[in-house]
Amino acid sequence: MSVNNEFKPKIVAFCCNWCSYAGADLAGSSRLAYPADVKIIRVPCSCRVNPMFILRAFEKGADGVIICGCHPGDCHYSTGNYYARRRMTLLFSMLDYIGVEKGRARVEWVSAAEGVKFADTMNSFVSKIKDLGENVRLGDIRCKN
Amino acid sequence: MQELITRAKELLENGTVARVLGWKIGDLPYNPEPAFFETAESLDKFVYNGFCGANLSKYMIEASKLEGKTLVCLKPCDTYSFNQLLTEHRVDRDKAYIIGVGCKGKLDVEKIKKTGIKGIVSISGAEADSACDTLEIDTLYGKKSCAYGDAMLERCHVCKGKEHKIYDELIGESRDTADKERFAEVEMIEAMSPEEKFAFFQKELSKCIRCNACRNVCPACSCRKCVFDSNKFDSAQKANVDSFEEKMFHIIRAFHVAGRCTDCGECSRVCPQGIPLHLFNRKFIKDIDELYGDYTAGAEAGSLAPLTDFKMDDAEPSIVNERG
Repeated sequence: MSVNNEFKPKIVAFCCNWCSYAGADLAGSSRLAYPADVKIIRVPCSCRVNPMFILRAFEKGADGVIICGCHPGDCHYSTGNYYARRRMTLLFSMLDYIGVEKGRARVEWVSAAEGVKFADTMNSFVSKIKDLGENVRLGDIRCKN
Repeated sequence: MQELITRAKELLENGTVARVLGWKIGDLPYNPEPAFFETAESLDKFVYNGFCGANLSKYMIEASKLEGKTLVCLKPCDTYSFNQLLTEHRVDRDKAYIIGVGCKGKLDVEKIKKTGIKGIVSISGAEADSACDTLEIDTLYGKKSCAYGDAMLERCHVCKGKEHKIYDELIGESRDTADKERFAEVEMIEAMSPEEKFAFFQKELSKCIRCNACRNVCPACSCRKCVFDSNKFDSAQKANVDSFEEKMFHIIRAFHVAGRCTDCGECSRVCPQGIPLHLFNRKFIKDIDELYGDYTAGAEAGSLAPLTDFKMDDAEPSIVNERG
């Protein structure tokens, strides 16, 4: 019996209800393939994603976190994704600053009509995380040593 | 200092203010503590010297709920915090009578101790009125001396300037103390490899004992109910709710005050473990300045914080991967 030792990353995708979640739906109904490692969490708006959600996902063992929202200008609530954009930029910069590998967290704008983009984004993100390997640092930044 | 006390007594006696918020002589020569003074006699214990680093603006949140005006002594950097609290409607301007006090740089006793000076009995040269460049320290082991600059708090080396941003009157002179580049430390860390960065922060943050002193002293941390408060027990406000908070406390806290932090440096000053917590806040300030334009929290009351604002053409989060 062969044992499959291939690294299976755990990926959390926060998708906004109005664009990206519908985009994921379209990817599904168009029979586009993307890895099953991606676990989608539906949020009302990308702006609903508290930076703590991302940190908590990492702490609980996620290897990558991706936030998908409507394209800037297309937010269902007019301006939510603009705020999310600033927040995530600062958060990602902080993650880089504390020594977390670049690229573990990502923001992508995916509209409801972009099923192909959704599948492509997830494929590229999963391969990026596979390259980076397991997330060990954010598991515990404070472990006593 | 005498001028300050005389003026405070005058204002107390003519009823302009109901109490004075200042610093009281502590039990050691280097630990004056914030205190309210309600009578002219109690002002005998009032002190203002180089060790009065405490930022009194946060106490004005409680003082704003009291009857009558409070005279509050604010150093130039404290006025930024006061302005920020005004912006957030946490303090009442009408309940405050602000005396802007001069500042010649505040001292850190830990830095004096690090030079090997122990058993401090008294310190001269730290008085607010004198313009000494050296501190004469009487110790149990004889007389010692220490350069004023060497004993200064980190934040005073990167001073924002000695201009009071808000005040009713000014007492005392200031001396320019800025002699270091504000973002030099941040840039040094940014230049490290991810492994080095992680090792550095893991080493620093592992010292944390979760005493919550940084949160309690922070003028930007003024929420009535903090996310770090336990919702299970009222008395155990320090108790962490879960391991997540325990691990990510400092990152979350820095994020919560991002764009509102005036870089007053109180977090690093009060940390009993000597963790350079200002490095987190300053990183956010540097990023905000670079990405969204220069912004100084508290420089102007009523200004819009960068995280409650946006522009159509803001940088995409992927810019982080492209920057150095």
